[in-house]
Amino acid sequence: MSKAIIESGNVAAAMAVQLARAEVIAAYPITPQTPVTEKLSELITAGRMDAEYVAVESEHSAMAVCIGAASAGVRAFTATSSNGLLYMSEQLHWAAGARLPIVMCVVNRGIGAPWSVWNDHQDAISQRDAGWIQIFAKDHQEIVDMTLKAFRLAELVHIPVMVNYDGYYLSHTYMPFEPPDAERVDAFLPAYQYKHALSPEHPESLNTVTLPDARLDVQGVKRGGYMDLRHNLHEEMGMAIEVWEEIDRDFQTHFGRGGAPVTDPYRCDDAEVVIVAMGSMANQFRVVVDRLRQDDGIRAGVLALQMYRPFPGAMLARALQSAKHVMVYEKGLSYGSQGALYGDIKSALYPYPSRPQLHNFIVGLGGREIPTESLYQTTKTSCAPDRILPPAQSDVPQWIGLQL
Amino acid sequence: MKMAAKTTVLNLTEEEFVHPGNRACSGCGLSILYRIGLKALGRDCIFVVPPSCLTVMQGLFPIAATQMPVLNGTFASTAAIATGVKAAMRRLGRPTQVVAWAGDGGTSDIGIQALSGALERGEDIIYICYDNEAYMNTGVQRSGTTPQGSLTTTTPFSGKSEVGKNLPAIIAAHNPAYLATCSASYPLDFHDKLLKAKQIKGLKYLHVQTPCPPGWGIEEHMTVALGRAAVETGLFDLYEIEDGRMQLTGQSLQQLGNTGLRPVREYLEMQVRFKAFSDEQVAALQAQVDQRWSGYRDRFK
Amino acid sequence: MPDPRFKILTSASTSGPGDAGRTGSWRVERPVIDMSRCIPAKAGKHACHLCWLLCPDNVVSKDLEPEIDLEYCKGCGICAQECPVQAIAMVPDADFIEGAERE
Repeated sequence: MSKAIIESGNVAAAMAVQLARAEVIAAYPITPQTPVTEKLSELITAGRMDAEYVAVESEHSAMAVCIGAASAGVRAFTATSSNGLLYMSEQLHWAAGARLPIVMCVVNRGIGAPWSVWNDHQDAISQRDAGWIQIFAKDHQEIVDMTLKAFRLAELVHIPVMVNYDGYYLSHTYMPFEPPDAERVDAFLPAYQYKHALSPEHPESLNTVTLPDARLDVQGVKRGGYMDLRHNLHEEMGMAIEVWEEIDRDFQTHFGRGGAPVTDPYRCDDAEVVIVAMGSMANQFRVVVDRLRQDDGIRAGVLALQMYRPFPGAMLARALQSAKHVMVYEKGLSYGSQGALYGDIKSALYPYPSRPQLHNFIVGLGGREIPTESLYQTTKTSCAPDRILPPAQSDVPQWIGLQL
Repeated sequence: MKMAAKTTVLNLTEEEFVHPGNRACSGCGLSILYRIGLKALGRDCIFVVPPSCLTVMQGLFPIAATQMPVLNGTFASTAAIATGVKAAMRRLGRPTQVVAWAGDGGTSDIGIQALSGALERGEDIIYICYDNEAYMNTGVQRSGTTPQGSLTTTTPFSGKSEVGKNLPAIIAAHNPAYLATCSASYPLDFHDKLLKAKQIKGLKYLHVQTPCPPGWGIEEHMTVALGRAAVETGLFDLYEIEDGRMQLTGQSLQQLGNTGLRPVREYLEMQVRFKAFSDEQVAALQAQVDQRWSGYRDRFK
Repeated sequence: MPDPRFKILTSASTSGPGDAGRTGSWRVERPVIDMSRCIPAKAGKHACHLCWLLCPDNVVSKDLEPEIDLEYCKGCGICAQECPVQAIAMVPDADFIEGAERE
């Protein structure tokens, strides 16, 4: 068995990329992602990792390099945060439409303006419709394990994967975790192969202009138009949930860890109040849940959502419909509307007969501190029998921790 | 400076790499370049192409009018995508040439940052900019290289008031491994400069003036004559820069001894896009060319 | 690792002629070569071939008597313009429609 080490979340990510034998790394510095790329360039320069490190001049180019390498059949990785992710936005859509299995760590950070280097989830949420699989880690061990599993998922379904973890809360804190054994990783993660890899022996023109309608190819076979290709992306992205579970089961047989790849419930079995959150905040809620049960006799639980896109709507609906209250805490929102995750959960529950009382809380934007005490008080107050609000009020997100 | 191979019409390969019946306009200068350029590059190449006329010319899904492997990418990232493909080729242990082929908008405007990065890193790629001096694929809007006075759909009535970017000079300031200017009207010169570029490690940049009948307002049969006029009037010069040294080549070198080049007015009057040029502007342009060529004569005689 | 559950549909195009159809239909005038003036035809040996070199559409052959693929020739007329001995004339395609009479 591997021994646990104590390192930062960013180093944990870099170690996973090293173990995954990514061959082309292209990155541009941005806080708080920078230590990932510093570590990777150090590993490569020191000869401890056999890969190409391309020090590009922008995030747009970082993703471009990954697109070029992955299109040629070579495993590629990058990492970014915040405005860096937004600067890549066009390339994100391109990578997904081209079905390239690029893996990227996104060290979540608030978006400017105004500048903030601190954590929230608005960067990832703003790119949720790019066609990328989005997963969220909540501790250092998950950063390592999810990143490794992400390569296998991406290369199986041929859709790029964003591994999200919280800036500073996870990226810069030092925690114990077990780096997986390199030989076992090799057994778990086969080499990347791409049927359309750029090659002079089998010349194809990739990402050509595609007409609205289907068209015959040179052999007379009908090939889909743009909409058909996009439908296939949507369908196969939906299938990634099941594949992610399969990969997790296989990961368990290799490494003995896992078991909750899509949603990770804590004390949810008999819960009347279920909190839903993504990232490190879901772990913070475990303390809240314990206290609500112990001090207040409230049967509370927390459901960590690990996979945000594809959205496991049916799975969430099953998990949540027997609760009385579902409280969605998020670090990002669709401005002028609601929390993005809240809207998704509400729509997932709509087809089912039993719908819990839903609550939406916006917390921690731009690194605003999220005291556990305040999560406890908010949750406790919101599920009090005398606090049932009429729909028009309950459907409005409450901002927690405002100072003005 | 190495001696360039001399390809002639007679020994130029008959092997073709582009299919007839593609979507290029009739009389397209890029088509000539692409067809002859591919003969020089050969089959062990991968192309990276941003949105441009070439995107359309190379075919619409699921038919490729080209026989080469092509990666179509976003407008701003051509040199960076090529970087990634080349890195992959190194990982795979393949000597395959990676050729970025972009227009003047994709190079001088939106793609210049990625290209500057690739130049600074000394990426081992060939970058070809076919310069038809405006955004032709979207319908003739001004670009960074559109010359002063040229009518485009975004510089109507009196033409572009600003001077176009000297893109090869911008590239040269990055000290590329090889830089050459070429013209669609001298395809064999382009062919041989590509043969040379293939032998050099590092970033090889070829800037090719490419007449465009609909964009320049010329008849389709005049494409080659126009490009020739640009060189013979001294407006567009053919040269190479290797190891930091500039040398005129081909027709431009041949006409170094001529005391009188063709007047620029001849070139301008062949095109609708210069209809707004005043006599004063023509005289100023002629004075510029005369001064530059006088400099050449002092420098290269 | 390929998995049969996934089709992975991408816009990967394969090579073939006529992406834009028979582009000869774009043409209003066709090049007609006078072999009595054409340099290689006249000399009976390979020479000149500028029409082959400069054709944007790869429709002129490099034969002693050059042939033009009218199915795809777009009729730009560069060959006629650049022929050093003016052996190529651009003739209205209408003249070649059977039964048509010119006014």
